[in-house]
Amino acid sequence: MATATTSEKAKQKSDIFLKYLRPRKGMPSVWCAGCGNGIVMTAIIRAIDKLGLSKDNIVMVSGIGCSSRMPIYLDFNALHTTHGRALPFATGVKFARPDLKVIVVTGDGDALAIGGNHFIHACRRNIDITAILINNNIYGMTGGQGSPTTPSAAFSTTTPYGNAEKHFDPSALAAASGASYVARSTVYHATAMEKLIGEAISHRGFSLVEAVSNCHTYYGRLNRQGDPVTMINSFKEKSVQVTKAKKMSPEELKGKIVIGKLHEVDTTEFCDVYQSTVDRLDGRK
Amino acid sequence: MADRKRVLVMGNHAVVEGAIYAGLNFYAGYPITPSTEVAEGCARELPKIGGRFIQMEDEIGSIAAVVGSSVAGAKSMTATSGPGYSLMLENIGYAYMTEVPLVVCNVQRGGPSTGLPTKVSQADTMQAKWGPHGDYTAIAVAPSTIEDTVTETIRAFNLAERFRTPVTILLDEVIAHSRAIINLPEPGEIDIYNRVKPTCSPEEFIPFEMTENLVSAMPAYGEGYRYVVTGLTHDPMGFTTNKPSEIFPKLDKLRNKIMNYREETVKIRTEQMEDAEIAFVAYGSVSRAALQAVDLARKAGVKVGMVQLYTIWPFPEKQVKELCANCRKVIVGELNMGQIVHEVRRVLPGDIEIHTLQRYDGEILTPLQLLEKLEEVL
Ligand SMILES: Cc1ncc(C[n+]2csc(CCOP(=O)(O)OP(=O)(O)O)c2C)c(N)n1
Ligand code: SF4
Repeated sequence: MATATTSEKAKQKSDIFLKYLRPRKGMPSVWCAGCGNGIVMTAIIRAIDKLGLSKDNIVMVSGIGCSSRMPIYLDFNALHTTHGRALPFATGVKFARPDLKVIVVTGDGDALAIGGNHFIHACRRNIDITAILINNNIYGMTGGQGSPTTPSAAFSTTTPYGNAEKHFDPSALAAASGASYVARSTVYHATAMEKLIGEAISHRGFSLVEAVSNCHTYYGRLNRQGDPVTMINSFKEKSVQVTKAKKMSPEELKGKIVIGKLHEVDTTEFCDVYQSTVDRLDGRK
Repeated sequence: MADRKRVLVMGNHAVVEGAIYAGLNFYAGYPITPSTEVAEGCARELPKIGGRFIQMEDEIGSIAAVVGSSVAGAKSMTATSGPGYSLMLENIGYAYMTEVPLVVCNVQRGGPSTGLPTKVSQADTMQAKWGPHGDYTAIAVAPSTIEDTVTETIRAFNLAERFRTPVTILLDEVIAHSRAIINLPEPGEIDIYNRVKPTCSPEEFIPFEMTENLVSAMPAYGEGYRYVVTGLTHDPMGFTTNKPSEIFPKLDKLRNKIMNYREETVKIRTEQMEDAEIAFVAYGSVSRAALQAVDLARKAGVKVGMVQLYTIWPFPEKQVKELCANCRKVIVGELNMGQIVHEVRRVLPGDIEIHTLQRYDGEILTPLQLLEKLEEVL
């Protein structure tokens, strides 16, 4: 049996990435070396490549933040919007053109602080959008301020004595708000993340993939969590598969990251229901 | 004309009629008095013609969805009033920067803040020009009757598509909630302008190309032209830039694409201005009172006329200057503490006396009040 050598494999990999990186756009990206955003981006690329989707039919929408820069680098239709507003922009795109695949890339601040209201309503509507929420527990782009997912007592530049607030669980919030597919992964589990992103994109309805990621530059430094490798390895230590987590007590789950497909329901999708009304009313003007 | 469609509508429904005539197929909005009937009309009518209506979670989301739909190829609008218009400014600014055509109808009510939900005002005139932060050039139109609400709405869409920019319809509560029997334009009677689409191959496509008239061709998502739309300052390729040599041209483009062709935006109505020694300058519902005042004063032998602005922004300065050139006095009537009067003052020579008549108590200016002012300044 002929097996590809390591260098051949590496070449195949880079060929895929070149196919999806925007030509004519100068690299490097704005991201720090070792930032988890790159791992999430490559997981998205592999998932889309496996699904065999046409680049012309993908619209990638984002807000503002380090993570939200992603659509600029990828060779899809790109809509880089305002802070927190990616989901309503994406709603407009999807509702106007339900035949297009709409993927939102957002950060924990973008999606859950300034965009929190849009987030729960996009979930509630169950509109066919896949949101990939890169959760690094901090505001990266503006230099390390606290976010709605900064854990209690954790340090940031705006919680210099430890965070007095409680944090959101983005996946639980999405499921409770009506999202019909919810999964979580970490940048350590890149292959599993790719699979979950593929499932989310294929799912008809609102899907969320929470991608737990490292901002070593701010969160890591301020909370003494070390370099990117140390931080990414710590995700491995803390993660528990959802099947196993179901058998664990809340006490045992404290500080753990539950990964895998967390929630899936079979229900009607917003654009489909609206279209059935349009069909019913056809020509009633 | 016998075959013309005659309808009894309120001003807000006239907006819906005009918008659908212009090709509206997407509406996103959030209810607010006195604009809500625009949303309700779109919710009822759009699905019948295969269009889309969505009630968003707030006005920020509404305008975001409108921009998203327009980039995806829709003709799109929203309607709101002061508090909602304030919330929309962030992404109206985004649409200026990204050059996305859309229409926002602001049915003005008294402010600031929640103010007077059911009372008339024209206090958002300046906000329609300078609302969002940054430098750009705004277009705004102001209907005055139910009938011209239809035609001004159509014009708003045409200007938005022609210049690839947001256009504001400054309606006011009086027009929005008045009813009249009007003739709707027949199909084909008014030209409809649609955004220019690229004819080159995707490889040759330059999304924000500096074309001769500075308006770049705009494909819809899904048509094979994959490009970046970003609110960050960008070069002609759509890529973000910090270079002064690229920032100047981008911001100049936003201004000059409109200002170099501003004559195309101008619409003015004049009444008895040929020999007028005194002119009322008015817009929106005030121009209806001014029209009556002119009629009555003329019967008493006073040489008075009216200049009615349908185009508020860019301010039609050349026209106002020329039309008022032979007047000794000008009276600017507005339902605010004085906004457009500053523009009038700016463009008229110093030897023309400028008088103001302002109401900001939620009530209309009546013909009688305008006549009293006229007597006072005679
Ligand atoms: C209206 C508005 N408020 C504030 C900002 C400043 N700002 C830019 S990015 C950001 C936070 C980004 O954090 P997050 O969404 O977690 O993304 P990350 O950078 O960590 O990927 C903030 C507050 C802005 N751009 N717009
Ligand atoms: S600041 Fe943090 S989130 Fe932003 S690129 Fe650097 S590591 Fe990544």
